[in-house]
Amino acid sequence: MKQLLSKYFQDKDIQQLIGKQLRVGVIVSSIIVFVGGIIYLVRHGHEQPSYGDFTGVREGLTNLPGIWQGVLENKGMNIIQLGIVLLIATPIIRIAFSVIAFLIEKDYLYVVITLMVLGVIVYSMLGGLAG
Amino acid sequence: MIIPLLTLVFHVDIRYAIGTALVASIATSSGSASAYVKEGITNIRLGMFLEIATTTGAVVGALIAVYMPTNVVAIIFGLVLIFSSLVSFRKKMEIPAGEEKSRLASQLRLNNSYPTAGGVVNYEVRHVPGGYFMMTFAGVMSGLLGIGSGALKVLAMDNIMRIPFKVSTTTSNFMIGVTAAASAVVYLQRGYIAPGLCMPVVLGVLAGAFAGSKLLTRANVKWLRIVFSVVIGFLALQMIYNGITGKL
Repeated sequence: MKQLLSKYFQDKDIQQLIGKQLRVGVIVSSIIVFVGGIIYLVRHGHEQPSYGDFTGVREGLTNLPGIWQGVLENKGMNIIQLGIVLLIATPIIRIAFSVIAFLIEKDYLYVVITLMVLGVIVYSMLGGLAG
Repeated sequence: MIIPLLTLVFHVDIRYAIGTALVASIATSSGSASAYVKEGITNIRLGMFLEIATTTGAVVGALIAVYMPTNVVAIIFGLVLIFSSLVSFRKKMEIPAGEEKSRLASQLRLNNSYPTAGGVVNYEVRHVPGGYFMMTFAGVMSGLLGIGSGALKVLAMDNIMRIPFKVSTTTSNFMIGVTAAASAVVYLQRGYIAPGLCMPVVLGVLAGAFAGSKLLTRANVKWLRIVFSVVIGFLALQMIYNGITGKL
């Protein structure tokens, strides 16, 4: 079975898969951003937003539970932010895919290297670096 | 390009501009990397190895950004912009023959080949530690300024590691998304990423990427490059001026 798998997933196939994953991630996130954008513009299009003074975005837009809460309430801002989070996640998911790809290729040196990259990103996500 | 446009023209705070630019570079990189990976030009092992350097740098850059006054960020940004536009004019360097081979490169299996019209071309990677160091610096700049720092990455790979131009540009593009994502997760939690600003930029970048790839084949690249560099140089000077006078 394992041999069959490694035969099936040749190097090029994996690269194609990664390419496809990137494209799907970009397309899906842009659709979500677009839908959220329409909702946001319909409701708040006439307002004058102020980005000249930095206050940080409002509470619910800086963490996943908060963003998801707003999505359930159909808030345009939160739907856009969900799409952007997905866009940020796309290259991170690619790294996770690559770990599997190198595992199948039995390239353990690069499994370790890829896990290191993933580790740095996870640390920056969860390490409380927001300060 | 996005940061000077947002700050100088639309008077957006540079911190929101940085968050928006990061998201834009992820969109650009993921959008076009999907095309390049398929052609087999990108050196995935090299990209992955150097991503350790760029992501570590990016996290450090995002950390420094908290303590750095925004006008200093603007000045550094202007300097990097000028540097980038000069790099695009640089003459192609001749590769000195008989340079010693890098043992590290073969241990890490970084040497590779890429397809051209005239057949497969093999290449060897040199000066791995120097390239790694330069990539860390590129990562710090990316995390601090919210840019892809593609120019710095290409410079590290071309001039230091002696990688063919075609391979270095595609591999650098491949890496930009991951580097930007590493600092974007910090900026998101910090409230720098404003959906109202990102929405038009993301949709614009993706629409532009589709249209641009069709247009670029017909455009005169030499003049395009000159016009682009002059515009960037002008924006850079204005950023530095505003940084010094404390307007940003």
